[in-house]
Amino acid sequence: MKYLALVLANLRRKKVRTTLTIGSFAAALFLFGLLIAVRGAFNQGVEVAGADRLIVINRVSLMQPLPIAYRDQILQVPGVKAVTFATWFGGVYQDERNFFPQMVIDPGAWREMYPEYLVSDAEWSDFMKDRQACIVGEATVKRFGWKIGDRIPIRGTYIPGVWQFNLRGIYRGARRDDDTTQFWLRRDYLEENGPAYWKGLVGWYVVKVANPDAAPQVVAAIDGRFANSPWETKTETEKAFAASFVKQVGNIEFLILTIGAVVFFTLLLVTGNTMAIAVRERTGELAVLKTVGFGDVLILWLVLGESLVLALVGGTLGVLTAKAVAPRLSGFMYGAPVYLPASDLAFGVVLALVAGALAGALPALSAMRLKVVDALRRV
Amino acid sequence: MPIPLIYNIRSVRQRWTSGIVAVLGIAGAVGVFVAMLSMARGFKATFVASGSPGNAIALRAGAASEMISIISLDQVQAIQNAPGVARGPEGPLVSPEVVVIAAFPLKKTGTDANVQIRGTSPRVLEVRENVKVVKGRMFNTGLNELIAGRNVAGTYAGLDLGSTVKFGGGTWTVVGVFDAGGSAFDSELWCDALVLNQVYKRPQNIFQAVTVHLTSPDAFTAFKDALTSDPRLSVEAERERTYYEKNSQALTTMIRVLGTLVAFVMGIGAVFGALNTMYSAVSERTREIATMRALGFGGGSVVASFVFESLFIAGLGGVLGCAAALPVNGLTTGTINFQTFSHLAFAFKITPDLLAVGVGFALLMGLIGGVPPALRAVRRPVAAALREM
Repeated sequence: MKYLALVLANLRRKKVRTTLTIGSFAAALFLFGLLIAVRGAFNQGVEVAGADRLIVINRVSLMQPLPIAYRDQILQVPGVKAVTFATWFGGVYQDERNFFPQMVIDPGAWREMYPEYLVSDAEWSDFMKDRQACIVGEATVKRFGWKIGDRIPIRGTYIPGVWQFNLRGIYRGARRDDDTTQFWLRRDYLEENGPAYWKGLVGWYVVKVANPDAAPQVVAAIDGRFANSPWETKTETEKAFAASFVKQVGNIEFLILTIGAVVFFTLLLVTGNTMAIAVRERTGELAVLKTVGFGDVLILWLVLGESLVLALVGGTLGVLTAKAVAPRLSGFMYGAPVYLPASDLAFGVVLALVAGALAGALPALSAMRLKVVDALRRV
Repeated sequence: MPIPLIYNIRSVRQRWTSGIVAVLGIAGAVGVFVAMLSMARGFKATFVASGSPGNAIALRAGAASEMISIISLDQVQAIQNAPGVARGPEGPLVSPEVVVIAAFPLKKTGTDANVQIRGTSPRVLEVRENVKVVKGRMFNTGLNELIAGRNVAGTYAGLDLGSTVKFGGGTWTVVGVFDAGGSAFDSELWCDALVLNQVYKRPQNIFQAVTVHLTSPDAFTAFKDALTSDPRLSVEAERERTYYEKNSQALTTMIRVLGTLVAFVMGIGAVFGALNTMYSAVSERTREIATMRALGFGGGSVVASFVFESLFIAGLGGVLGCAAALPVNGLTTGTINFQTFSHLAFAFKITPDLLAVGVGFALLMGLIGGVPPALRAVRRPVAAALREM
């Protein structure tokens, strides 16, 4: 540790170069942080999926409805604890770009099914009193600056007309990753006022199983029950359902990995080059240090130390900036929470240190192997 | 008097290790930039190719896509009698269409992805002249037969020519493969609209969109005016090309923004690398520069010389980056299009102008990385620099 002062003094000599190298580290790790955060936002649905929940959709596709009569039939399947359902409303608020999911829900079993969505009892009872009520997640409420009591017009796309809803409640997520962009409205209101082709149908069922380990049997039992009917079903765990959506978007993992690799490689080159130049410039000095009794290994550490300090400072700066900037990308990802968790923050810094060590290794080795006689003879 | 350019090229060769680093740094940024933009471009091209200049599409007023539009049979009849609609030997060239999606397992991952299934008029090939059946035959009217886009068989399991599939309560046979020239249709399955309505238990006289072949691209205005002025119809007409371009916008913008952001940050890193290289080049050559100035080369020519050196390095990086990105050209990938909730295959598309943009980006980085060190080179007093070891 007593040599840290020497390492820092060396770094201070060429301030521009040191700043620039720290800057490259910061840029690389900033990018790394953002990519990780974006990847997390894509996967958040998979991460928070309830292990005890199944999603039942029409076998043909998510866009095809299922009859409401299935609720009672699903409830009879052994192992099923609760059933609720929802329908995609698919409306537009002001402009197409203001996308957020609107779901027609079954108020009866909804809260019990999704304990992670927190609504106060007072707000929930307001919701139950008003047929035109809606409850909206806090992310969406914040995005549009709504407040309780607001009248929100939504233009239907599947069903004609502009529909007015009264904001009666705001739900929060129990965990940070919970989706708080949803807009819930009451099924009975639409059942009465919606078009005839909507009546008696729901979009999908959500099933709570008594024992998550028995989920495969319940899946088979539900799908078996409706096999060869005009409305065949496809049941999946909530996790698998969310994962299939992510997979359809494309190979995000691969894209991020490729970009990350290119960035990392470039960073290695830039830092390696800086350290090589530093060692080359100081050949004479290093020889003098050796002459006055500094050991070979110590010289190795002095050079490596410089590179590690650059990596630590630049890397930390980079990931912290990424952490600060990441939430701003949320609007770009339809309001999904984008953030950098602490574990990835630490991982980023470790990655930077690895890059620093690798980049410093060759120059440090050449400094260590330096022969005093040769070095002193060189100008 | 300008300093000969060969001086700079020789000096880069002399210090090739640090030169290579700057070149590769810039190449990395340019490569990622070009690859990401080519993805956005390929996606957009796939959509734009779906629309023919001589076609128009009619949707329910206010509907942004086919998925959420409804058109009744009497509206279809009014549309096909509108002015500007081309006529074939068997009547007007229109295709009232129904679109549904069904899930099929992806070959690559085994997970399900949504395929768009389009019920069309049996005369659709006359309406959409850019679509040709290349293998097998066209589907027959009234039968549960499908023709598959050329990307379908390669992307999904169980949809090869001749195979049978079950969906929507019916059993279907794939009787043909069609080529739609790299457009979004290449990811679709087509069948008879009336059969599709029947199998999906939808009303027989309801369609979602009507595609119309116009007598000429100029006939569009007359066609559109006739539709909008008819009080019986609440439909909107758009050129097919405009319609598909609009539908691709959200994702194209997202890829482009993401790509530019990544390239920008990488560019900053690369500029730092270039600055480092150039600064050390300048400081290593302090005496050389002073000598040149003592010989009578002006400050301006020294600056120009160093900026040229930086641009030379950056240009090499740009070319290398473009070359590294080239292999992705034509590579097919797929993504979900949130406008239709269906999976769509598209190819990366690198065009000469995209490469020019890439090299331009590299030169910009070279300029930013070269000017400050070049200015530093001339600021040292000649006498002081010459005295220095």
